[in-house]
Amino acid sequence: MTTRIEAPAAVVIEPGRISPGRARGAAPLRRDGPAKLTGAAKYADDLVFPGAWYGATIRSTDAHARFVALDLDPAFDWASVVVVTAADIPGDNIVSSIKSDQPILVPLGGEIRHHAEALALLAAPDKATLRAARHATRPRTESLPPVFDPLASDHVFAAYELLAGDVDAGFATADIILEGEYRVGHQEQLYIENNAIIAVPSEGGGVTVHGSLQCPYYVHAALKRGLAMDDRQARVIQAETGGGFGGKEEYPSVISLHAALLAGKAGRPVRMIYDRHEDLAATTKRHPAIVRHRTGVSRDGRLIAQDIEIVMDGGAYCTLTPVVLSRGAIHAGGPYRCPNVRIRARATRTNTPPNGAFRGFGAPQTEFAAETHLNRLAEALDLSPLEIRRRNVYHVGDTTPTGQVLRSSVAGEEVLERAAEAAEFERLRARHDAARLLRAGSGAVPGSPLRTERNRIASGIGLALAWHGAGFTGSGEVHLASVASVELTADGRIDILVASTEIGQGMRTIFPQLVADALGVPFESVDIAPQDTAFVPDSGPTVASRTAMVVGGLLIQAAGRLRAGVEGRTGGTFAATYRDYASAHGSLRIDQRFEPYPGVGFDDATYRGDAYPAFGWAACVASVDVDLDTGEVHVRDVVAADDIGRVIHPVLAEGQVEGGTLQAVGYATIEEIKLRDGRYLNDRLATYIIPTSLDAPRITTILVEAPFDGVPHGAKGVGELPMDVGAPAVVAAIAAATGLWINDLPASPERILAALTGVDAVAPLRPGASEPAHAAGSPGSDSAGADR
Amino acid sequence: MTVYRFTVNAVPVQVEVPGMRRLLDVLREELALTGTKEGCGEGECGACTVLLDGAPVVSCLVPVCQVDGTAISTVEGLAPDVGMLDDLQAAFLEAGGAQCGICTPGMLMSARAYLDGGGGPDDDAIREAIAGNLCRCTGYTKIIEAIARAASLGPAIPGGSYR
Repeated sequence: MTTRIEAPAAVVIEPGRISPGRARGAAPLRRDGPAKLTGAAKYADDLVFPGAWYGATIRSTDAHARFVALDLDPAFDWASVVVVTAADIPGDNIVSSIKSDQPILVPLGGEIRHHAEALALLAAPDKATLRAARHATRPRTESLPPVFDPLASDHVFAAYELLAGDVDAGFATADIILEGEYRVGHQEQLYIENNAIIAVPSEGGGVTVHGSLQCPYYVHAALKRGLAMDDRQARVIQAETGGGFGGKEEYPSVISLHAALLAGKAGRPVRMIYDRHEDLAATTKRHPAIVRHRTGVSRDGRLIAQDIEIVMDGGAYCTLTPVVLSRGAIHAGGPYRCPNVRIRARATRTNTPPNGAFRGFGAPQTEFAAETHLNRLAEALDLSPLEIRRRNVYHVGDTTPTGQVLRSSVAGEEVLERAAEAAEFERLRARHDAARLLRAGSGAVPGSPLRTERNRIASGIGLALAWHGAGFTGSGEVHLASVASVELTADGRIDILVASTEIGQGMRTIFPQLVADALGVPFESVDIAPQDTAFVPDSGPTVASRTAMVVGGLLIQAAGRLRAGVEGRTGGTFAATYRDYASAHGSLRIDQRFEPYPGVGFDDATYRGDAYPAFGWAACVASVDVDLDTGEVHVRDVVAADDIGRVIHPVLAEGQVEGGTLQAVGYATIEEIKLRDGRYLNDRLATYIIPTSLDAPRITTILVEAPFDGVPHGAKGVGELPMDVGAPAVVAAIAAATGLWINDLPASPERILAALTGVDAVAPLRPGASEPAHAAGSPGSDSAGADR
Repeated sequence: MTVYRFTVNAVPVQVEVPGMRRLLDVLREELALTGTKEGCGEGECGACTVLLDGAPVVSCLVPVCQVDGTAISTVEGLAPDVGMLDDLQAAFLEAGGAQCGICTPGMLMSARAYLDGGGGPDDDAIREAIAGNLCRCTGYTKIIEAIARAASLGPAIPGGSYR
């Protein structure tokens, strides 16, 4: 007799779909889930290349200096070490981006413009030799005077001016005018996988780069220019990527060039795997910004005039700053109707590490200011934050500051009402207001010295609303001219060919969903080709909330043409006949190129027109507890209502909202980088802190669907939208709890205590923090290329 | 160099390495078990969490000399067989608890220890159990949901959860 042992409750994985009936709704399970859950997924550092060496970067310890010499200790045995300097660069010593200002390596005699700038590269067969070689390398420099204050810098990377109506005339008729200044600092993307690139020399003087990255063709372009290679010599393959959030949009180009230079000189693969400290110290952050608002309203709370001035700190090189600033400027007024608007924006150069892309891309900075200012206006008018938004939120037919008429897919009011209702905003607000007034009557807060009250916790609830343009800004998508392909292979498989990358957001799941639906075949029948520039077309970068909407739309069109092509030949349905078609006629590949959406146009010269084909809309209600003794904020609950157009996959979409919301909560409360002499002080995970599961609020997500009619599936973007709205909601909740507005993020315990006690306890934390803003620079921009 | 003997996912192994070599490197480089990830190298992020005699530890801070004679469990040992998932992994897949996936192995090991210790579907207790594991993608919501779902299914069958 045999005893049958019941196996543990395990589930057989069939590709893409397991355990029928247990999954939620009809959406398939994450395609890349099983590999990630079993440890089988291969991230860059998991890839093995026999004989590979390890690479390292020699970096500047000055913020601004002349690079005089690179001293190599003659006592060290350099025989088994490769040293690369700018003199070894075969192509342009430029990291290809909007402007050609950033060198791959600072040349001897050249100008070092920021701390941690790359000066030279080393590679060695093992980590111990590499470490010893680093210690035997000494850059010699001569200091130059640095500029740290973006307000004082006279080097302007970009400037824009948006005008609508007559601002001065508007202020003349306003009943109340409120001014305010808001400041936000750096924020680190903090993907849990550090930047990692491995370069492998190939036949014919080429190089193949494997790495953690968002935009294979950005890296491809950078390699071609810096290494003087042609399209085929440079090849980029994305490894499994452990988070990006914008942080792997541009910097992988730099690391790829470094690794490729070392690999070329060493004649073998070279691994450049950053540790956390190097990643934090050297790679891009969210731009700090100073935003000043002057707003005129009628007594009943209608916006009459907005005058907004934005200054962003670009850091030492231009990177993507012009387009970050552009997006920030366009979103700066918030999702509100206002007849008279002036938005002046400029970004300047400082001797700090370059700032770059991070989820939201300029909008979280300016929308924090806009929403906090609107909440203060509501307070000044004795209006509910909900009511002031009801009176001003965009409706269909309204016109934005770039002159864009919002023709459809406008859901600001819908998300506002859904979030407020689900969170019981008005009821809780009244309760917290009463509690605050009671405390104020007791003389405890505000303005009291620190003291332990029996009830030291003050609770508050706050509301914010935001909009976020989906896709590249202005004519950016037209300039990109992305191509996405669907191929029926000769052996009867269906393959998606795109350069869009899976970075956790779910591309590898939603694209097969869309294509399977368009072809009328099961999800499991559609494969997705690896993101390898040798095989996939340039479907653009995986940024700007564009993947589901823009590239997804192209794939549906391509699949529709493929289906028509097959059905036209076979006379049967695609599903029933595509295998027969393939064996009879061979492969059929459809390349779909982006065409401008009907009725959507933008004039780059005048900066007017449809800034985005569609906007997503988000409302956030945050509930906080503030400890009046310690200044600590605990964000307890968040209700997020997000209109993202037609939802492709509810679980993945909710995941985007929840993750973006927590990044916004971190931005609002704890994430901070302080600088000394242009060096980040918070350059380790012990000092740059992000929310843990204990810091995270309970998040309730409400998905709202106002479809975009320019794409067949009606999807808009979801990635960035939640990042815009969380921070002002949290700050409003802190104000509701304490009666104090924190205008300088993060609302750290130090800042809250300083505000509570009425003392200026916080020393200026960022360059220029105590100086008044100057007037905006001249209009026009020195940027070139596609705008996002 | 010393020889250290221990088990990894119930398989006896022996490695001859310097005693202060990080367990993380021994797993990834000597034993080719790359499922365990490095996120910070200083014990802050929890991505490298493995179980040492059933207790979660950050393998970047454990020198291999300390694991001699112990039983180590890694993410590779969770599923009962190739092409299968255990209850916890299946719950993560269904709930959407993994996005980019880099924190997932460590997160799963902390959650496994919590469940094996008799942890239930209580939100606060789950948050406490994974407080040492940073995730930047999910906002933790669906991770907590997944662990609660796995906890509701009851304790794993003894000895059955690991290969």
